Amino acid sequence: MSRIEAQRNILDFTLSSLLRRKRKNAALVLVYTLVVFLLASVMFFTHSIRKEASLVLKDAPEMVVQKLVAGRQDLMPLEYLEKIREIRGVGSIKGRLWGYYFDPFFGANYTLMSPDDGHLPPGTIAIGEGIAKDRKVHAGDMIAFNAYNGETMLFQVQAIFSAESALVSADLVLMSGDDLRKLFGIPEGKVTDLTLKVRNPRELGTIAQKIVQTLPDTRPITRDEILRTYDSIFNWRGGVLIVILFVAVISFFIFAWDRASGLGAEEKKEIGILKAIGWETSDVILMKFWEGVVISFSSFLLGVLLAYAHVYFTSSILFEPVLKGWSVIYPDFRLVPFIDAYQISTLFFLTVLPYTVATIVPSWRAATIDPDLVMRT
Amino acid sequence: MRKSNIYLLYIAVNLTLIGLMFVHASYVRQANGPYLNEKSSMVRSFELTDLCLFTDARYTRHPSMADRHSAFQDVPMSFDHFPSGSVMPPPPHLVNRVAH
Repeated sequence: MSRIEAQRNILDFTLSSLLRRKRKNAALVLVYTLVVFLLASVMFFTHSIRKEASLVLKDAPEMVVQKLVAGRQDLMPLEYLEKIREIRGVGSIKGRLWGYYFDPFFGANYTLMSPDDGHLPPGTIAIGEGIAKDRKVHAGDMIAFNAYNGETMLFQVQAIFSAESALVSADLVLMSGDDLRKLFGIPEGKVTDLTLKVRNPRELGTIAQKIVQTLPDTRPITRDEILRTYDSIFNWRGGVLIVILFVAVISFFIFAWDRASGLGAEEKKEIGILKAIGWETSDVILMKFWEGVVISFSSFLLGVLLAYAHVYFTSSILFEPVLKGWSVIYPDFRLVPFIDAYQISTLFFLTVLPYTVATIVPSWRAATIDPDLVMRT
Repeated sequence: MRKSNIYLLYIAVNLTLIGLMFVHASYVRQANGPYLNEKSSMVRSFELTDLCLFTDARYTRHPSMADRHSAFQDVPMSFDHFPSGSVMPPPPHLVNRVAH
């Protein structure tokens, strides 16, 4: 008999043995699949967001300079802009006008911004898809905002950003600079913050230091820091995510250990009979090995496939309640699948390897059972 | 049919689906190229700094622009009460500066 045929015979026997304890093993496969599904979903989701953030935010301002008053961000006087412009190495510098608006009727927060290209005439706005969906408005409709002094300002929706751009624009409202000043009561000569470009990107750190030395009440934020923010926030190996996953994985391996070590009387009898009819300890270990392979491979592959469908076909529907929080407007998280073999192999080592380790000692103990003792009890 | 054949067939189907998953991912990445460019150009022209992931608190809407007091904005012992604050840790440039 060829070696392959011998292995297939053992596999046949293992499958029959597993099917004899259908419920128990189905429960194990179900829990295992769930753990892989959860880990893979988090991994796919966070990796896609990080990748997308790095691709999209690579065009973010090279440096943003904020003014801080009593620990909070305050409006930036334009004199600061002139002082920063005088620092050697600073290329172009301009003020940004933006802020948050709470819509009391819909309970939603919007990000209001004024693009400096001046393509929006006064009285018109461009809005994100999230706002359009929430307020059920279309291009050409009017939207009212309450100004800082209680006046109502009416704006005509000139454009709605595409659903595909929702990850950067879902809650965005663009309007002219004059309208934004009127709405928030921002005086002329002040802006929200400054953005600047430097002549030599390698001098960014030095220029940031010079800005703080010249204007100690300012805080520069570089593009690298913006990019690192998303890299660290959605690093699945850190933060709250790893705590949740750690708990799930540890619970599963305790379950797997318990399942593998707590052999039932029927299983013990089965091993006893096998050894009595001439099976070697190595054959029993081989059977246990195939048992582990059947369970872990089936669960791993199914879990990965389900996670892929969950994240990229259903827009991570199960994560929605957590991600949504109190947000009224939120993107659909239609993420681009940035998956690679490294992720799959990491998942494999995180789930299959520990399972194998957790079950190896109980398997060896089962294989060394004394047939005489087992059959007598 | 032998049980081992059924199992091996199941594994083969799953492996094929995993292979198709990579094909699908590559196709979607290519198809989404223009949308990624659209988002990049919006970031460039409107000078955006953050992704719109959470809109409930300003420090989770624009985490990179947040100041270190934002989570305790009302009183020093006022712990973060926005759900998104528990999902999103503070950005590294704030944490490192505090550590220094």
